[in-house]
Amino acid sequence: MIKPLQEMGKAVVFLGQAISRMRLTSLQFGETLRQIYYAGARSLVIIVTCGFFVGLVLTLQTYDTLTRFGAADAASTVLALSLFRELGPVLTAILFAGRAGTSITAEIGLMRATEQLDALDLMAIDPMERIVQPRLIAGLIAVPALVIIFNMMALLGGVFFAVFVMGNDPMSFWGNMQNSVELGRDFLHGLGKSIGFGFLAAWLAVYFGWSAKATSEGVALATTQTVIATAISVLVLDFVLSAFML
Amino acid sequence: MPDTHSQTAQPTIQFSDVSLTLGGRKILEKLDLAIPQGQVTAIMGPSGAGKTTLLRLITGQLKPDTGRVLVNGTAVNELSPKALNSYRKQLGVLLQNGALFTDLTCFDNVALPLREHTNLPESLIKNIVLLKLHTVGLRGAAHLYPRELSGGMNRRVAMARAMAMDPQLMLYDEPFAGLDPISMGISLRLIRQVNEALGMTSIVVTHDVHEVRQLAHQACIIANGHVIAFAPPETLQEDPEPLVQQFMQGLPDGPVAFHYPGPSLEADFLDGDQH
Repeated sequence: MIKPLQEMGKAVVFLGQAISRMRLTSLQFGETLRQIYYAGARSLVIIVTCGFFVGLVLTLQTYDTLTRFGAADAASTVLALSLFRELGPVLTAILFAGRAGTSITAEIGLMRATEQLDALDLMAIDPMERIVQPRLIAGLIAVPALVIIFNMMALLGGVFFAVFVMGNDPMSFWGNMQNSVELGRDFLHGLGKSIGFGFLAAWLAVYFGWSAKATSEGVALATTQTVIATAISVLVLDFVLSAFML
Repeated sequence: MPDTHSQTAQPTIQFSDVSLTLGGRKILEKLDLAIPQGQVTAIMGPSGAGKTTLLRLITGQLKPDTGRVLVNGTAVNELSPKALNSYRKQLGVLLQNGALFTDLTCFDNVALPLREHTNLPESLIKNIVLLKLHTVGLRGAAHLYPRELSGGMNRRVAMARAMAMDPQLMLYDEPFAGLDPISMGISLRLIRQVNEALGMTSIVVTHDVHEVRQLAHQACIIANGHVIAFAPPETLQEDPEPLVQQFMQGLPDGPVAFHYPGPSLEADFLDGDQH
């Protein structure tokens, strides 16, 4: 029990250092853009594919359940609400941790093992500025953007199933959804969460890479820790945010 | 090599009464050492003796438990983080594996400190970087990534990067480890040439007794937390100290035991299953 608490304390101190050493004049815009590309754009394949199939399976299950109660028309509403408010942000954050988070952790862990972080320090270049801050900002920007794409693909999956497989009227599918889903209460609610999740995922990925032992075993352990810690933290934070936002 | 500089030169680096314990193990104990200016000094000693620790004390990555580390009269261990950064801009450090940034080309690796610490126009940076790469014989590899070069070439690029800001003090951490004879010969020549051409002070941590004779003006041997010998390399052969003799001649057993400390052979073989 004490060890996870110690680890949490260290992660908070690390974040404090990273943020306190942030200066607008020294922000590495080029490096941040590059990290947005690596963490965000390169996660598109997994986000697009998973989003589409989540939409398909969610619509399939929803139709099956709601038909028993004679409420099949509400399927598009259930799909949109569950996606915008919960599934979109949570699944995207967990997929992001698996795809980009592990890559960030492994990269920084290997930089530690191959003395690249020491080399920066010795050249009087702050590794927090050059390595940590661009990745934190990239996570903050990439995850909400990926959530929007995930939701969009899931809706497409839902429409595909409802219209082309079940033979429903597309106008009624979209109409029911538009009548029940609110921009602020539902869509922005989820987008707000995704900013928090993005920051959390990037923070944990960078922290575990930074604190990884400089051995191959240490880097392997750090990448595993990133996925586990991000998945658990995202779900806990999701509950806390939902409780406050509802 | 004749000792034309001898220990009369003014010290650049001075360790006074330095003690350091790491992970419960005493690494350095009341160590005193003065490294003269403008010369190449080799630091040698058995593995784990604290050679790299000595470099890390000079760079300010470690602070001694007691004592002072003075570089050009400034106590490195008492510098504020900001002052330490300014101090490090005047240092050139070649780490054991070169530590080049794998996502940057050789050119960008060498240009990095110049871009970070100066406001020089890109055209001038280009000239400086190509000049530094030319010095280490790798101007033609400027566009290549570190993964496209051999280990020895990587280390030469790292040397060019360490020299980029024209430091007055160059530190080399085991620059010959794992190099083939040709690469080793090139590195040896470069360290000596650069030191003489730029009038800098160089400190080389190494195990290679033979190379030290060609390279260093003086060699310092560290063992058991102390300096056990500090003299021109050619005179170290005649040093009567058993540990110096074991090190210089590469004897497997002596003051540094061949066997790792443990129970006696009889105890291990006759006392049943203890492992």
